[in-house]
Amino acid sequence: MLEADNLECVRGERRLFAGLNFKLEGGELLYLQGRNGAGKTSLLRMLIGLLPPEAGEIRWRGMAIDKLADEFRADLCYLGHLNAIKEELTPLENLLAAARLADEILSEDDAIDALEQVGLAGREDLACKYLSQGQKRRVALARLVTEKRPLWILDEPFVALDVAAVDWLAGIISGHLQRGGLAVMTTHQLVNIPAGQVRELRIGG
Amino acid sequence: MLKIVSAVIGRDLKLAMRRQADIVSALFFFIIVVSLFPLGIGPEPDLLRKLAPGVLWVAALLATMLSLPRLFADDHRDGTLEQLALAPHPLGLVVTGKVIAHWLVSGLPLALIAPVLGIQFDLSADALLVLTGAILLGTPALSGIGAIGAALTLGLRGGGVLLSLLVLPLYIPVLIFGAGAVDATVTGLGGEGHLSLLAAITFASVGFAPWATAAALKIALE
Repeated sequence: MLEADNLECVRGERRLFAGLNFKLEGGELLYLQGRNGAGKTSLLRMLIGLLPPEAGEIRWRGMAIDKLADEFRADLCYLGHLNAIKEELTPLENLLAAARLADEILSEDDAIDALEQVGLAGREDLACKYLSQGQKRRVALARLVTEKRPLWILDEPFVALDVAAVDWLAGIISGHLQRGGLAVMTTHQLVNIPAGQVRELRIGG
Repeated sequence: MLKIVSAVIGRDLKLAMRRQADIVSALFFFIIVVSLFPLGIGPEPDLLRKLAPGVLWVAALLATMLSLPRLFADDHRDGTLEQLALAPHPLGLVVTGKVIAHWLVSGLPLALIAPVLGIQFDLSADALLVLTGAILLGTPALSGIGAIGAALTLGLRGGGVLLSLLVLPLYIPVLIFGAGAVDATVTGLGGEGHLSLLAAITFASVGFAPWATAAALKIALE
């Protein structure tokens, strides 16, 4: 389904990686590994189409992602190292606004459910600037519950989460894989994902 | 297509309402700059009437400039700009929404307050009407052209100054025809011609600018 063909990444004067290939099918999880600065985030940004590769091609369902454009982005849920939430808005408003922008139909009840799942019950109506780092991360993660997308691209999703939230997230990712979804993620924490086929890719030697 | 534009407008207006200080400070800047001129020049109605269109328009350009650097910077900093770029729609439509929202919170209040400020310059009722119309017609172009500059300078250090250098020269046509419309009304020539040209500039820039802005944003996001 998701296929990378001979990718090359150059940032500034440095070539981070070249000749990178992988193929990911439904139900599979790809762990990207590598030291700091190896180009993990750059690779993720290539996979979501924000960073054009120096050479090579990325294909989704057999078609190049830059040709698919909107269609590809409609299948994609990306969680970057920034939370992409607005400090002035409440978690509920953030989630509803994100859903509207992503063209998802999300009722207020479903959004509240999702926030309860990530452990923010009772905090739906508190502006996000009053939340802790970990709670803000949870607001961002609630999108994984509300958006039904087959491809998840997650950049360091476990950062700032406590033990309970790490377990919850591992469970959510397994559920996604069991439903035939795909996930690509980077992490420095070794987290056991109970279900699905886990593959590893080490970049930058 | 309209759904995404209205979703962006709704989000940005809500954010603006939570941060009213931004809107109010640009508006007060406009009011104060315009009010300083009659105080500095003194009570000479003929001179004031002649200066009014230029002063009001230059102040409107500068007040718009004040809010431009934050047009994309906040979204860029907290990562929402990435998510906007990943929305399953062309980025140009998202930017169109942002430009409209920017106009609603920066251009529209200027147009509404302008006739009150025009009274300080002893403008006639006709001239005040044309002034309001001209600012209503011209400010969307300021938001549109400004968005290109804001996207090009996104993430640069000292981007604010560069933004003014980039954008202010491009505002000259709006300034000429906007002030010209009021001037022509004051001298009795009629401002319709100027207003038509102003409308043309606005339609062209609001239609075209979001796509140029989208291209610049994609470069900034790489």
